[in-house]
Parts: sequence; structure tokens; C-alpha cells
Amino acid sequence: MGELDVLKKEAETLKTQIETARKAVNDTTMEAASSGVAPAPRIQPKARRTLKGHTAKIYALYWALDNKLMVSGSQDGKLLVWDTHAGILANCVPLKSAWVMTVSFSPSAGLVASGGLDNMCTIVNISGEKPKTMRELDGHDGYVACSRFLSETSILTASGDQTCGLWDLETGKQKQSFLNHVGDCMCVALAEDQNTFISGACDSQAKLWDIRDGQCKQSFIGHTGDINAISYMPNGQAFITGSDDCTLRMFDMRADQEVMCYQNAQPTAGVTSLSLSLSGRLLFAGYDDFNCNIWDSLKGEKIGVLSGHDNRVSCTGIPSDGMCVSTGSWDSFLKIWN
Amino acid sequence: MSTNNNIAQARKLVEQLRIEAGIERIKVSKAAADLMSYCEQHARNDPLLVGVPTSENPFKDKKPCIIL
Repeated sequence: MGELDVLKKEAETLKTQIETARKAVNDTTMEAASSGVAPAPRIQPKARRTLKGHTAKIYALYWALDNKLMVSGSQDGKLLVWDTHAGILANCVPLKSAWVMTVSFSPSAGLVASGGLDNMCTIVNISGEKPKTMRELDGHDGYVACSRFLSETSILTASGDQTCGLWDLETGKQKQSFLNHVGDCMCVALAEDQNTFISGACDSQAKLWDIRDGQCKQSFIGHTGDINAISYMPNGQAFITGSDDCTLRMFDMRADQEVMCYQNAQPTAGVTSLSLSLSGRLLFAGYDDFNCNIWDSLKGEKIGVLSGHDNRVSCTGIPSDGMCVSTGSWDSFLKIWN
Repeated sequence: MSTNNNIAQARKLVEQLRIEAGIERIKVSKAAADLMSYCEQHARNDPLLVGVPTSENPFKDKKPCIIL
């Protein structure tokens, strides 16, 4: 046998080994394990604020750590910073490229990052009198779908070029690249200790990475479509993903497999976004069908709906104090619910 | 040569699979128990789960106070 054949055979053997090992620890399902847990209360949050200001589809939103400021990005070419308590606009950042797909704040909220079809991640300083572009991170060969700050000087990106990147904002250069996905990378989430992160991509897989050496540690299969959203469960040991396959799934990292699937009786709308409440019990998911469903994350039951948008819910977010959930939509509005 | 490319790719794949195959796994029952325990412990501090009293709600509706 040539070397190629030997390697192919070894790859198949290893894949079987992984499947066998996963089956060996698959002694129950999350659903069965939680059958004794009391159902979560059927909550009906009210829309407390409707933020009007964008003039086109909203694609992304992000809460500041002060639990008050929130930034949204729209294809009207603007980032709007909102004082959500007062329900008013606090700042406006015009973008060079209107095709924005992601926005985020740095921990101090003095910087905002945006990225999109310009293949760049742009860092703007909004702490002064006027917004000032600080860096244009240029290096991806595809769109920037998601960006997350590790600190005031470091940011992680997910790109349509099938890679994720870690950037040094002092030099503007990429410090590390993460190569293993075979589809556009759509979303990332950072672990609390920032030593690892998880990514979701159009290859239907989620992956766990070591930030320092760029190594992919684990790959999670189960979805049958693009993964658009990903978020850690607050215990840091599991995460939830949302996909074009109309489902959300929970994966446990120590069990190395899917442990729960959240699927509507008639699954017709893709999941665009997701957020978890402070305890992790409530899962808010935005869908293409204009709704945001509320799921009991442990029991896998749908327990409520946030309806009020007139178009696709493209993004959701819950601030660090867990006091509300916000939704952003293609109808150009943002809503705050609790 | 494309054959060398294929071999290099195959080597990388095997290397990656070795790393992923080599991890320790815990039972799903243990993972589930830990998750349920965490949710239970933090439930009463989860505003969206237990509800936000109007007096403490930073997003409460601002209505004028009408004194009859």
C-alpha cells in the first residue's frame, strides 16, 4: 500500500475510535437526566424599549459590560450606541463599509469593533469627542462574520475564509491563525479564562481551540447545516449552537458530544442567534420566521415566545447582569425585553 | 506535485484526529448532573427566570404618576 492509502486507513480507524469512545460514555441523554427537574416557569417578557434609529436591516448587537450601553450594526452603514436605560442614542459611528456582519465592545467600551463583507475588522475609538478609526485589521481572505475582544489590545475574528484569527491591536497584525474548518467560520465565543475558544462554521461543525498554540482540540458534529451562533453555558463546560438546520444543540465538552437538540415540531425556520440567561436555564433563540423562541435548556421544551418584530430576528444579547434580553431585526428595530 | 500535497494533507488529518481521539471523556450522566446542579444553584439569581420587580427594573415603563 502506498503511503496515502496507509494514512487514509489510519484516519478511518481514528474516526471509528472517536465514535466508539463517544458511544461508550453515552449512558443517558440530557432529556432523560433532567426528567426529574421541575419545569421552568412559563415566562412572558414584555418589550420594554423599542430602539428606533437604523434605516436598514440590523445584523448585529453587543452589550457593554456596564449593562447599560449596547451597540448595534446595520447595513445602513452605521454603528449606533444606545443608552438602553434611558432608551436614547448615545453615539453614532459611520462605517466606511455598510456591509456589517458583526459588532462588539472592548471590555472598557472605549473601543468598538465591526467587520463584514469588506474582509476587515475595523477598530474605532469612541471614548473621545468624535469616533476615531484606530485600526483596520486586514488579512482575512473572506468576510469577517464575528469579532470578540479579549482585552483592549487583542481581538479574535471568525471569517468566511474558513479561518479564525487572533490579532494584536498594538501592531495591527495577526498573532495566531486557527485552521481546521472546511467551511466559512460564522461565530466564536471566548472561554472565561481566555485560554480556549469555540467556533461554529458552515461545515456544520463546532470546534474547540487552544488560543496560544492555534491547535484545534475537539470537533463537534451533529448539525446538518451552517452554524450561525454559538455561546458557552455559564458553567463553562458546555455550549449551545444555532443553525440553518432549524435546530439548536447543546454539546458538552467533557463528554465530547451532543447532549441535547432543540427542535420545533414543524422546523421550518433557521436559527440566526442565541443568548443564555444568567443561570443558563433559559435559552433565547432568534429565527428567520421573525420570532424569538424561549427554551428550557435542561428539558428541551419551548416555554415562551418573544414576538413583535416584523422581520427576521438577526441578533440577540443578554447583558452580564442578566437583567433583560435584547433582539435586533431586519425590520431595523431593536427591542429590550424582561 | 499534487501527490505530495495529498500526502501532506492526509498526514495533517491523521495528526489532528490523533489529538481529538486522545482526550479523556466523562459520562453524559455526569455532564448532565453538573449542568443541572449549576442551573439550580444559580436559579434564584437569574433575573429573567425569577422575574424583575418593577422597583428594580432599569427598563420599567416610564409612566407619569397620576394622583387622583
